[in-house]
Amino acid sequence: MQIKADVGKCQGYGNCVDLDPEHFDLDDDGVVVLLQPSVGEAELETSGAAVRSCPVQAIWLADDDA
Amino acid sequence: MRDRAPGRILVVGTSVGGIRTGQALRAAGHTGEVVVVGAEDVTPYDKPPLSKQVLVGSQTAADISLLGPGGWSGDGLTPMTGRAAVRLDPVGKQVILADGEPVDYDAVVLATGAFPRSIPAPEGDLVCTVRELRDAAAIRERFSRGGPVVVVGSGFIGAEVASSARQLGLDATIVEALPEPFARVLGPDVGARISRLHADAGVTVLGSAAVARVESLADGTGVVHLADGRRLPAATVVVGIGVVPGTGWLEGSGLDLGFGVLTDEFCRASGAPDVYAVGDVARWLDVRSGEHRLVEHWTNAVEQANLVAHNLLHPDDLRPYVKAPYFWSDQHGLKIQMVGRIHPDDRVSFLRCTTTAGDKDVALYSRDGGFSAAVVLGWPRAVVACRQAWERGEDLAQITARLSALATATVPVPVG
Repeated sequence: MQIKADVGKCQGYGNCVDLDPEHFDLDDDGVVVLLQPSVGEAELETSGAAVRSCPVQAIWLADDDA
Repeated sequence: MRDRAPGRILVVGTSVGGIRTGQALRAAGHTGEVVVVGAEDVTPYDKPPLSKQVLVGSQTAADISLLGPGGWSGDGLTPMTGRAAVRLDPVGKQVILADGEPVDYDAVVLATGAFPRSIPAPEGDLVCTVRELRDAAAIRERFSRGGPVVVVGSGFIGAEVASSARQLGLDATIVEALPEPFARVLGPDVGARISRLHADAGVTVLGSAAVARVESLADGTGVVHLADGRRLPAATVVVGIGVVPGTGWLEGSGLDLGFGVLTDEFCRASGAPDVYAVGDVARWLDVRSGEHRLVEHWTNAVEQANLVAHNLLHPDDLRPYVKAPYFWSDQHGLKIQMVGRIHPDDRVSFLRCTTTAGDKDVALYSRDGGFSAAVVLGWPRAVVACRQAWERGEDLAQITARLSALATATVPVPVG
C-alpha cells in the first residue's frame, strides 16, 4: 500500500507522527511530511491506525497501483 | 477468561470512539459481525467541526463523515441507528434498544460519549448547547439572524463558539463564573494569554461572571442576567460548562459506574465480562498514577478505539492505555495544543523558540524538575516532541533540550 496525503487539508494535529514516526513527520509550518510513502504488510496495522487518527482525513492508504 | 476473539462485536455509539473501534476491528482482520447501535439516525460524523467549521459554514455534514468512501458496507459495519440503547444485560449478553429489540453480543464496546451540562433556560431555543449536528445547525441558523452572542463558560467549546461568532462578524461575550477565564484547564498564566487572544479578536471576556438567569424576550432574543446585576443582551446564548458521561442507560446493569464506566488499564469494564468502554464515557485505570481518569478529548477516544480493537482480538496480548493526554483547540486562527496534565502547584515557564516558520511560544509546566504538561501555541512540530517526552517520563531539562533542538534559538520570556 501507499500513503497519500493532501497537504492542503493537514492541520498539524500530529496524531500520525505520534503513532507512526517511521512514515510521518511534520515540518516547521505544521504540515505533514511523508518520510516513506510505501507501507509493507507488517506495517499496515500501525500505518492504518495513523490514518484513522487524522482528525481531518488528510492522509489515506491507496493500493500500490492506484 | 476468554482466550479467543469474540464472534459478534456490538459497538454502542456512533461518534468517533465507536466508529473508529469498528473500523480498527476490520483493519486488524476481524471476520465476525460488527454491529453499531446509535441514537441518532444520521451518517456518523465527527464532532470537533461542530463548534467551528460547521458553525461558520465552511463544512457541511457531508464533509465530516466518519465513514470511509464506501459508507457502512464499505467499512464492513452493520448499522442499527436511530434507536438508542436503553439497557445492558451483561448476563444474557444483550443490549436492549429503545423499541424493545434485544441485540445479542459476544463482546460489547460502550462508546456513548458525554452530554453537555446546561443552565436553567426559558422555553424555546435561545439557550443552546453543542453536542450534535442538529445543535450546530440550530446555532448557525440563529447566528444568521445576527448577534450579540453570549457564551457561558470559558472552556474550549465556548471559546471556539466565540471565535466562530467573531468570524461571522457577530459581537460576542464570554462569561466565566470563576475569577480567571480559561484557567481551569490551562492554569492562570496561560489563561491570561488566551484571554488577551480573545480580547484582541474583539470578544468581551468577563471573569467572576456567574449567570443568575436568562430572560427570553418576545422577539426571540433574550437577556443574560449576571449575579452581580449586570445585564447582557443576547440573540443567542451558547452554554459550554462541561459534560456528563452518557451512563444513564447503564444504571442497574451491574457495571461499576462512577462519573463514567470504570475500566481497567485495558479499557475492560469492571463488573461484567466482555464489556469495554472508550472515549468520553470511559473512566480508565491510569497505571502511571494508580487513579481512574476520564479524558474528554478526540485523540483519547481514537487511541482507545485502536487499543480496544487490539485487545478484543488479542486477549493473550493485552495492551494498557498509557498515552499522553493531548488535545487541540482552534481559536481566532491560533492553534492551541496541550499535552499532559497540570497540577495546581506546577511552575509555569514560557519559552520563545525561533523557527523557520517564525517565533513560537511554548508554556512548560513542571514540578520538582518533572515535566507535567505543555501548552504549545501555533507550533505543531513541538507538540510531537512533547507527547514523546511525556510518554517516556522525561523531565523538564529533557523536554527543553528537545525543543531547543527543533528551534534555531530558544529564550525564556515572561509568563502571562
